[in-house]
Amino acid sequence: MLVIKELHKSYPIGDSSLHVLKGINLSVEEGEMVAIMGSSGSGKSTLLNIIGMLDEADSGDYILDGLPIKNLTEKKAAVYRNKFLGFIFQSFNLINYKNALENVALPLYYQGMKRKERQEKAMFYLEKVGLKNWSHHLPKELSGGQNQRVAIARALAANPKLLLADEPTGAMDSNTSYEIITFIQQLNDEGKTILMVTHEEDIANMCKRIVRLRDGIIMEDKIINQVRIEQHV
Amino acid sequence: MFDIDLWREIFQSINKNRTRSLLSGFTVTFAILLFTILFGIANGLKNTFKEAFADDVTNAIFVRSGRTTKAHKGLQAGRRIQFKNEDFNYLIDEFDHKIEFISARIYRNVSAIYKNEHNNYNVRAVHPDHQFLERTIIHEGRFINQNDLVYKNKVIVIGRLVAKDLFIKEDPLGKYLNLNGIPYKVIGIFKDKGGDNEERLIYMPVSTAQQIYGNNDYIDQINLSYKPDLTFDQAINFGNDISKKLKNRFSVANSDQRAIRVFNMASQTQGVRKMNVVLGIIILIIGLGTLTAGIVGISNIMIFIVKERTKEIGIRKALGASPRSIVSIILAESIVITTIAGYLGLLIGIGVLEWIGPSLKDYFITDPGVRPSMIITATLTLIAAGTLAGYVPAQKASNIKPIVALRND
Repeated sequence: MLVIKELHKSYPIGDSSLHVLKGINLSVEEGEMVAIMGSSGSGKSTLLNIIGMLDEADSGDYILDGLPIKNLTEKKAAVYRNKFLGFIFQSFNLINYKNALENVALPLYYQGMKRKERQEKAMFYLEKVGLKNWSHHLPKELSGGQNQRVAIARALAANPKLLLADEPTGAMDSNTSYEIITFIQQLNDEGKTILMVTHEEDIANMCKRIVRLRDGIIMEDKIINQVRIEQHV
Repeated sequence: MFDIDLWREIFQSINKNRTRSLLSGFTVTFAILLFTILFGIANGLKNTFKEAFADDVTNAIFVRSGRTTKAHKGLQAGRRIQFKNEDFNYLIDEFDHKIEFISARIYRNVSAIYKNEHNNYNVRAVHPDHQFLERTIIHEGRFINQNDLVYKNKVIVIGRLVAKDLFIKEDPLGKYLNLNGIPYKVIGIFKDKGGDNEERLIYMPVSTAQQIYGNNDYIDQINLSYKPDLTFDQAINFGNDISKKLKNRFSVANSDQRAIRVFNMASQTQGVRKMNVVLGIIILIIGLGTLTAGIVGISNIMIFIVKERTKEIGIRKALGASPRSIVSIILAESIVITTIAGYLGLLIGIGVLEWIGPSLKDYFITDPGVRPSMIITATLTLIAAGTLAGYVPAQKASNIKPIVALRND
């Protein structure tokens, strides 16, 4: 599904440069649910951004579903992102003047889907996240948990191969966090591959595999026993 | 290609961000409003010039006579030059192919009486062509014709104000007006754009006047117009030719400025034409200046808008928006705002001109207005302006890196 070899990335800071990723090797199979952990500055977000084609590595290989991701033009990157990837952000990143339905339909718009079909599909995913009755509300009229579910619906709408989540529960109280993570677990049960950056142990423990980063290298990579939410409540 | 979804996106973005759109539109509205008003005023000035010369044709030449100031060919200075019918005919024979209209003029002052009303008026005894030379507008009846001339009919054409002065609640046509004791039949009433003085005149056939006032064939002045296809230089030369030929005919020294005087409107028309060209250039500079200010203004605000929308653009890119679709969104939004705002300015401007236009007549501004063809030009200009204004911001937007855009929260 996803193979990364000897990935390096550094950012220029003034005259010197900050070496953020110092040779990452990682491969993720289809159907996995991986938590990437590490303190801030460990390079976990940078790694996720490179996997999400929002950023480019300095050196190393990154192969997604058999396709080498390298030297992409902006146009091609846009097409790949649209086709392969679904993003879930800590701050939701919904467009604030669009209602829930329009937000979910947006990736479908960029796929060139017809308006009617787009709205039907968006409604289907909204129903899936349990927000059918909130479809015409603006983000500011929804709670944090609801917004994140809209964002998840949006990430699912384009039916991507890989879901990338950057601290999806970072801005939530624990009840809402568990609600969201349960939902992500359900998606994983249905076969979606999920990559999640988090710094919360309990959230990471609800994944199937934890990759720990420190100072730009992988410290630990282990398969764990997934904690299901039901056990918490 | 017409992409309805793109337009839906744009109108949603404009509609949901009204303050922002209004703000950016305001610059353009104001610029176009200013431009329309300035343009209208400049146009009004032009119209004033046009009207100032409207009562006479611009290709006219006047020939007058006076006393000689120089001795010449054995003749003394101070001799009085008097034109006669034969001089009038001489000009026709000599310059027939260059003359469009020609008329003699005899000036007289008369006291006119009709019933209980009386007043003094200037009489001009003229040929039928005079109507075209003076741009006399026949309001009722007719002007003097060839028949009147041949039969020396005692007929007159009176100005609108003469009719108003003397014929109280009566139709002057066909009535007899007493001029210095002799009754003349009123055959026409005329109007003239030259002002009140030009409408307090009485025209009669030149032959009638010659018979009644002295029984001679004297002429006070000859008015003529040259054919309009003459170039400026040809027209000037024509005036000089007339002067030279007549001076020769009357044995007047070439350098004598008083005996034979030829006024050629061509030299004055040239001045007006130059003035109009200069005015046109000023209008153009003003127009381009205000429009440029408007474009710079909207461009500035669009850049600000792109900055404000950085995150949204980042999200769109993360969801698979191509750089091109980002460019088209920003560009189209800029064009839509510019065009709508510009039209608003144009409408307000036209409205203001309509409203204040009539009261500007005192300031040499006549009928300020914007021609309909301006609307089409304005549309194209506005679309071009919107594209120009949106281009840099759109490029800026498409270069936004999603990772940078999404980080800043």
